[in-house]
Amino acid sequence: MTLKKPSILIIGYGNPGRQDDGAGVLLSEKLEKWIQETGLEQVHTDSNYQLNIEDAASIARHDLVIFADASHEEMDDFRLEPLVASGKTEFTMHAVSPAFVLHLCKEVFNHEPDAYLVHIRGYEWEFMAGMTKRAGENLEKALECVREFILNYLSVRI
Amino acid sequence: MGQKITIEPVTRVEGHGKVTIHLNNEGQIEQTRLHIVEFRGFERFVQGRPYWEMPVLVQRLCGICPVSHHLAAAKATDVIVGAGTGEGLTPTGEKMRRLMHYGQIFQSHSLHFFHLASPDLLFGIDSDPSKRNVIQVALQHRDLAVQGVMMRKYGQEIIKATAGKKIHGTGAIPGGINKHLTEEEREYLIHGDDYMNIDKMISWSQDALEFFKEYHKKNKAVIDSFADFPSSYLSLVRKDGAMDLYHGVLRAVDHEGKKILHDVDYQEYFKYIDEEVKSWSYMKFPYLKEIGKSTGWYSVGPLARMNTVEFIDTPLAQKEFEFFKQYNGGKPSHKPMHAHWARLIEILHSAEKIKQLLSDADLMEGELVVRGNKQLEGVGLIEAPRGTLFHHYKIGEDDMITMANLIVSTTNNNQPMNEAVKQVATRVMTGKKEITEGMMNAVEVAIRAYDPCLSCATHALGKMPLEFEMYDVDNILIERKFKD
Repeated sequence: MTLKKPSILIIGYGNPGRQDDGAGVLLSEKLEKWIQETGLEQVHTDSNYQLNIEDAASIARHDLVIFADASHEEMDDFRLEPLVASGKTEFTMHAVSPAFVLHLCKEVFNHEPDAYLVHIRGYEWEFMAGMTKRAGENLEKALECVREFILNYLSVRI
Repeated sequence: MGQKITIEPVTRVEGHGKVTIHLNNEGQIEQTRLHIVEFRGFERFVQGRPYWEMPVLVQRLCGICPVSHHLAAAKATDVIVGAGTGEGLTPTGEKMRRLMHYGQIFQSHSLHFFHLASPDLLFGIDSDPSKRNVIQVALQHRDLAVQGVMMRKYGQEIIKATAGKKIHGTGAIPGGINKHLTEEEREYLIHGDDYMNIDKMISWSQDALEFFKEYHKKNKAVIDSFADFPSSYLSLVRKDGAMDLYHGVLRAVDHEGKKILHDVDYQEYFKYIDEEVKSWSYMKFPYLKEIGKSTGWYSVGPLARMNTVEFIDTPLAQKEFEFFKQYNGGKPSHKPMHAHWARLIEILHSAEKIKQLLSDADLMEGELVVRGNKQLEGVGLIEAPRGTLFHHYKIGEDDMITMANLIVSTTNNNQPMNEAVKQVATRVMTGKKEITEGMMNAVEVAIRAYDPCLSCATHALGKMPLEFEMYDVDNILIERKFKD
């Protein structure tokens, strides 16, 4: 019997034109480079300004999904935490939360992948390209953690 | 006791809106206002930047309609590089942009109908608010939810194939486009599996229209008399009167359908349209100069387009258009809920256009860019999903932007949304002792029919809970409701 390799998706979201808001997108891009270098063909990346309902179709094809976003929250540098599906809607429904995407995936496609959310602390959100130095350092720490997490996930399941 | 009611922010629209409703001592509506309370000043921000950055830079305005801003900016910079005013591009340049635009219309309208509007239609305006969302649609009408998700995804795939990437797409550049469609992309969009093909999209577009028409038959009161009020309408139309969402001349009609702006060249829009500033809102109030500030306002968007164009040049959508016009006696429809119907006709039209374009060899080969004599000013207009979008730039001899004026679709709809709020509030709140969540949602439903993007309109980021406040005639808070 051959075990199927688990499929992993990392979705970074935010606006790189708004300074640190682009942290999630940049994490996704950096991971893509790492994937190319390491040849981990079962690991995929995607990014967008914000999450929306079609992301439920994207994550339905995977065993593990990691959402990456910048955060206004007071925290040290970053936080990687399990994501719990939730049907709770937000004020602006032109965009949805990762928990909502996960819940929609479960209801529409009958599949709920393992899901995590990495918050990367940001500090500045003006109309400028490029992250602040501090947020960039937080991003590098988060990147290292996510890479390690992916490798562990694969080693346990292959 | 006189009252002031505040609904803040309006939910399921993009950005931050606040509605205040003033009641007099008899419980009658005295005044209603849709306030837009955030401001970002994008027009100032772009000054001093080189003009060729605009098609990419303006996408920072908003995460909802970056493609529309991308294309309107590209059209304005076409003029600046001497590539003409929308008709001077190479066949490849124009058709790739059109494909991108129809993909944008398709995905945006699909999101609005299936995700934002259908919960109100399926469960009722005054139903349990916890049930008025797409999750409940998925639970009770799974096929509809799947269609909504996949139609939105298909439109996004079109955008990715034409703009090059999802974030800060670079496809449209001054004077043309920077890529062809590859054979692999074309094949995927025509024959993709797992629903992702154009024939399935056309079929689902027709299904959605049938769903709406069936609903309409059973709920005429909701669709035909909810917040209706007379309005003028404005949009681009093709020179022969056909619907053209990418390019055309500016036409406006009055509430009877009589032309009041006669197919003018939009490069001179400022001769015909001005914007009024009011102290209580950051969103301006556009109006037709010839008619004046008080009554020169107009509506834009899907319903406006149904009221301005004479025909649609794709067969399936034309058939639906004829039915729509017949239903309204050949006159403009003033029913905001008909905007949902109009949006569905445009989804079908866009799908048909996408199919036509995907079989056009010009997408795969041919010159991408054209240039001519540089100009110091350019205007780009496009019919964005929410309505007519204006980008106007002036540059200096050093190529830097010296002036930018953006009139976004939601700004054009500012006064109509205020009128809609007034209509609904008058009907559902007059004489009532208690303001219910259903009443508040009724007001929001009227606003949502315009699918407003308040982030674009004020260039603000918005994400916040719903606050509802009631004041007496002396402005003393007597009730507050809050939901996030």
